[in-house]
Amino acid sequence: MTDALPKIDEELEVSTQTQIKPYTMNFGPQHPAAHGVLRLVLEMEGEICERADPHIGLLHRGTEKLIEYKTYTQAVPYFDRLDYVAPMNQEHAFALATEKLLGITAPPRAQYIRVLFCELGRILNHILNITTFALDVGAITPALWGFEEREKGMEFYERVCGARLHANYFRPGGVAFDMPAGLADDMMTWVEEIPKTIGDLDTLLSNNRIFKQRTVDIGVATKEEAIDWGFTGPMLRGSGVAWDLRKSQPYEIYEELDFDIPVGKTGDCYARYLVRMAEMHESLKIMKQCLENLPAGPVKVDDYKISPPPRAEMKDSMEAMIHHFKLYTEGYHVPAGETYTAVEAPKGEFGVYLVSDGTNKPYRCHIRAPGFAHLQALDFVSKGHMLADVVSNIGSMDVVFGEIDR
Amino acid sequence: MSATEALIDLAEHVLESLDGAVTHHEMMKDEVVLTAKADKICKVLQFLRDDSECQFKMLVSISGVDYPDRAERFEIVYNLLSLTQNNRIRVKVAAAENQMIPSSTPIFSTAGWFEREIWDMYGVYFEGHNDLRRILTDYGFEGHPLRKDFPLTGYVELRYDEEQRRVVYEPVQLQQDFRSFDYLSPWEGMTDMQLPGDEKGTVPERGWKPSNKEVGEGK
Repeated sequence: MTDALPKIDEELEVSTQTQIKPYTMNFGPQHPAAHGVLRLVLEMEGEICERADPHIGLLHRGTEKLIEYKTYTQAVPYFDRLDYVAPMNQEHAFALATEKLLGITAPPRAQYIRVLFCELGRILNHILNITTFALDVGAITPALWGFEEREKGMEFYERVCGARLHANYFRPGGVAFDMPAGLADDMMTWVEEIPKTIGDLDTLLSNNRIFKQRTVDIGVATKEEAIDWGFTGPMLRGSGVAWDLRKSQPYEIYEELDFDIPVGKTGDCYARYLVRMAEMHESLKIMKQCLENLPAGPVKVDDYKISPPPRAEMKDSMEAMIHHFKLYTEGYHVPAGETYTAVEAPKGEFGVYLVSDGTNKPYRCHIRAPGFAHLQALDFVSKGHMLADVVSNIGSMDVVFGEIDR
Repeated sequence: MSATEALIDLAEHVLESLDGAVTHHEMMKDEVVLTAKADKICKVLQFLRDDSECQFKMLVSISGVDYPDRAERFEIVYNLLSLTQNNRIRVKVAAAENQMIPSSTPIFSTAGWFEREIWDMYGVYFEGHNDLRRILTDYGFEGHPLRKDFPLTGYVELRYDEEQRRVVYEPVQLQQDFRSFDYLSPWEGMTDMQLPGDEKGTVPERGWKPSNKEVGEGK
């Protein structure tokens, strides 16, 4: 042992004298820590990242162009395929934008169901993000525990609309169908049970030494920087800005509900993680209130020019039949106008800039995805960090390429 | 004072303070929209960000819209958000096909990718942007896909070539013609047609017009 020590000193001296050439490294697009098809070109100075240049667009499907060629009803499923981790939240933005142009509001029951499923989506999204983030920094157990609970949540999606992922459930003017019998009770049971799993995740991660070493003080964004880079959602709140569209610009029934907005202090990866953890409890509170106060009544507007008539009525009413046929071929005409409507999606502000020309197809539908703005800031938050911290940053940004590449 | 009136007051304040850079303001569905001159856009954005009454500190998005019938066919829409005042505002500028728009990256860092996206999708060039590469389309892609004259199917398709052992681009070959059904019903959809006898009445409006009037009052 004593012989070995001077040897190390010699080696260190050599390494300080030797110049390490800066080199460019390719990361992804097929890398598990890239959370999808992200290709990063990293300029490294040794193990320090000097510049990160994300190459995106590998999952570009031309959603916005396709929507211009589809009727409003046919455009809804494209929104499931954006952020496929929380599909209904996306549909919500489009449904609200179309409703604004049409000048209609969904009936109360539909609004409660929508909020209920949006909050379910938020919990499912955060479970996925937190567990895969933990996976990126070396913890496997949270993913194994979290995904079991997440799968139970996905079953509610399946029961309400028939699909686990691509729901196509929210429609302009309400929701596609009413909730099946017994679903509300089962969801209530789940809402009461899941805090245990979230608590388990909390004990696994929040005070975990390794997890904290990998996240605390990594990828710090101050308040001003976060606003300048267009951060929204947990990314913005992690930096200490108390901003949530559900509170500040409430849509649907959020005004009537009792919930809090968790805000971080430090603006690092750990703060974002804590905000997401706390947000899940708040979402559970909202879900509980929705389930307790779920009003009876119709789930879509009572206007056959916009929402289809019930199947039973079509059997003996010619008019209902014609309405159904016209709705599923021509669709409905939306008065000329434009709107920017945003919702608080799990990842941040998800907005739809919808321009209508008075026909049955949108003239332009620009989708503002929160991840797009977040990923842009990867270069800024990762500068001067180690390569492994770049992975932490990607994980804490909660990027999903469906919405970034569109 | 209602929220709408407050927004109109704000828009008038901007209009007065920025001598001539903002030409027009209007309300669309309770959202305030300013129309600005393209070459003054940086001045407008800077004012909106820094003025104590505006405080639009966050650039939420930049969208492009293509109106091929217009002389200045592209419309660039800046979407701003004020966290302290809890307001949103939209600023629109028009751009001709070969016109350069000053880049807003010095004012908002987040503008970088949004401008790259518009360059990629519409071919609007942003002057002063230091990294104006394509962003969403493939390396070496040609054309600007969100222009209205770009076909939905595109011009090329790609496949893996077994012999060359690489991915190759080929012109699009459709097994069946691309069908675009015209579902517009004659009593609702034909906004730009004149039926025999219509000439006796008023001339119908042609197609979509930027609504100077209050939108949603019907066709």
